[in-house]
Amino acid sequence: MRPACKPKGHSHECDCGRECMTVHEGRAIIDLNLSEVRPMHYTTLNCVVRKAMRMGCSSIELKGVMGQRYLASTASSAGLYIAVHGTPGNDLGAFLNGPTIEVFGNAQDMTGNTMNSGRIIVHGNAWDVTGLAARGGTIMVKGDTGYRVGIHMKEYGQAHPTLLVGGTAKDYLGEYMAGGTILVLGLGNGPSPVGRNVGAGMHGGRIFVRGSVARHQLGPGASISPMNEQDREEISRLLDEFDGAFGTVVPRDLEDYVKIAPSSSRPFSGYYDKTSV
Amino acid sequence: MSEPKTPGKRMEHRLPERFVPRIDYDLCRVCKRCVSECSYQALEFKESKVVPAGGCVACGRCIAFCPANCIEIRPVPPQFAPHGNWSERSRRAILAQASSGGVLLSSCGADDTHPAIFDDLLLDAAQVTNPSIDPLREPVETVTYLGRRPGKLEVRDGNIIIREDDTPLIRMDMPLMFGHISLGSIGYNAQKALFMAAKELNIVAGSGEGGLHPDFYSYADRICSEVASGRFGIKPEYLKGVAAVEIKIGQGAKPGHGGHLPGEKVTTMISETRMIPRGTDALSPYPHHDIYSIEDLAQLISVLKESTEYRLPVGVKIAAVHNVGAIASGLVRAGADFLTVDGFKGGTGAAPRVIRDHAGLPVEVAIAAVDRRLTQEGLRNRVTVCAGGGIRSSADMIKALALGADVVMVSTAAMVAMGCRVCQQCHRGLCSWGIATQRDDLTSRLDPEVAAARIVNLFQAWNEELKEVLGAMGIDAVESLVGNRDRLRYRGPNPKLAEVMNVKHIGEGWG
Repeated sequence: MRPACKPKGHSHECDCGRECMTVHEGRAIIDLNLSEVRPMHYTTLNCVVRKAMRMGCSSIELKGVMGQRYLASTASSAGLYIAVHGTPGNDLGAFLNGPTIEVFGNAQDMTGNTMNSGRIIVHGNAWDVTGLAARGGTIMVKGDTGYRVGIHMKEYGQAHPTLLVGGTAKDYLGEYMAGGTILVLGLGNGPSPVGRNVGAGMHGGRIFVRGSVARHQLGPGASISPMNEQDREEISRLLDEFDGAFGTVVPRDLEDYVKIAPSSSRPFSGYYDKTSV
Repeated sequence: MSEPKTPGKRMEHRLPERFVPRIDYDLCRVCKRCVSECSYQALEFKESKVVPAGGCVACGRCIAFCPANCIEIRPVPPQFAPHGNWSERSRRAILAQASSGGVLLSSCGADDTHPAIFDDLLLDAAQVTNPSIDPLREPVETVTYLGRRPGKLEVRDGNIIIREDDTPLIRMDMPLMFGHISLGSIGYNAQKALFMAAKELNIVAGSGEGGLHPDFYSYADRICSEVASGRFGIKPEYLKGVAAVEIKIGQGAKPGHGGHLPGEKVTTMISETRMIPRGTDALSPYPHHDIYSIEDLAQLISVLKESTEYRLPVGVKIAAVHNVGAIASGLVRAGADFLTVDGFKGGTGAAPRVIRDHAGLPVEVAIAAVDRRLTQEGLRNRVTVCAGGGIRSSADMIKALALGADVVMVSTAAMVAMGCRVCQQCHRGLCSWGIATQRDDLTSRLDPEVAAARIVNLFQAWNEELKEVLGAMGIDAVESLVGNRDRLRYRGPNPKLAEVMNVKHIGEGWG
């Protein structure tokens, strides 16, 4: 077996993609099943993907992905579309800056880690720490998500991160949240699609949950707030977006949503004593 | 899980002053410059003369700007009944907290009286059998490289090949870098001065975790950008154009603690660079929530390497804690190209006093522990070890190198060069020297050109002193000093310390 290519250094001209990548009219197809080395090492796959991006491809289709990590990290072309068939590994689309990634399968942990802008659409489940510290863009998950999802998301100016979850989210949803919107729909689930400690330490942003949220499920710093007209408009718009991405028809039962918002944008004012001793 | 603490009822109790400015009225010209310079409003003009108004912190600004040279700051003598155990400070702390119910905040490094171990180390010098070198007439090399080393040379067809397919090494003209001080903890002009000085000295300066102001992209090739738990301001420009990227796990002044920039300091400029709304608290979570293990850390290192296409060294900074050797070994195995160990006397813009003064490990011991552990495991020659946290002089720097650091990280010394008097009020945001503040009227007091020139002067002098010592030791390149603990002797009160640092006691000779 040929050792997996481990390209390092930007000037290094490798032959990654020789067997598995075809490019036709600016559309690249990378079929990992055609590679001699299976499973392909993540450094090789990322090298091939970067090569396709450098060629200016408008779309990149990945077939047979088997847990390769860090796919499309820091990808920065706004018009680029990346389709992933199979199961991408951790940190899919980390630091993403513009492109759209669509996963026809499940994603693993830390999808959209610290993403800046762009869209990540997951047709299955996306697991723990999805959307960590996202600063913009949209992550849509048709199925369920794991623990500590959407934590420390923050917004600034026009950048407003959004996380839509069709199924459920486990504990610590939106922990440390500083901005942006999380919407959990709980489709096909029981009365409460979220776990405990929702919005622990949140000091910005908003979490909408379709279903019920009991007080004991809220983390410190989070509180249930009344829904206003602007919130209902935002939910409707996000549901349209969700239906558009997945071809679903989510019921528009807007009276069944709970809004969770921070108790304060300054959770630590009054916590410290600045006396000079 | 308890609800966050809401401020309790304030129960005021006046504490005695700590410092009082004394004015020699025979010399005072009543120009009132001191009143306008004092950002703590500790001086006021009243009934035709300038008088103390309380709250003096001994920042020394009034003294430096008094044209008549008529001010001196006096510490207030003890005001409480003497007691051997109940120091005045411990009682002040209790009285303050009984008033506020708050966590005592502090800044700069630990200011208690733990003696620096550096002061108990003596350097060796060459005599007779290993002649010394005059650095003014013979070359003494201080160039240092930051990054992962190949570990060995390859010989192919009789030629020596230095493998360069790993991440590149960053060349620095001296074994010194500026620590991570964020825009937010210090003002624009202060950070600009640090970056200008780093460029001039051809060393590396840390960005801190506050993102990078667009004006500073021109210094990017000398900046090590920081990825900390708050992930503030991380965008492609922040990762790609810089010299290196460093993941911050911990800081010596507050090991295990996160960061908290209070909303008052989140001005429009800070909000733009951190990419958060103006006036909100900027919180850095205590841990990185994607890192709960060495394997998780390896993923963040790898994703940063993928994101930067292996063009940059990726390092990890940890606070010196009791198990630092094993953790350092994990960092190297996780793929860190350099690691930074920050000792417990390291500085901060704001940290709970209880952590600043009581948690962590002295950097001297931490360096020796890391160097020894990595050497035992055959990893030491692969990475650059940086260390900081209380480096006050070239002597401290030289001793840190001899204990096993490749690069010394300094921050407080650079700020003192700019004007800082270490009055430990950074967390109040009122810095009269225009360094640790965001108030425009105060930051404008600092001229970045002047401040940068002073920093350059200081560290050029340190580098000359390093060469003097290297020459006196008969060593012609700083690399030969790194980890050379045989050139150190311990003369302190605790021989066990010498043993854990693997340094001989004074009086013990070679072999």
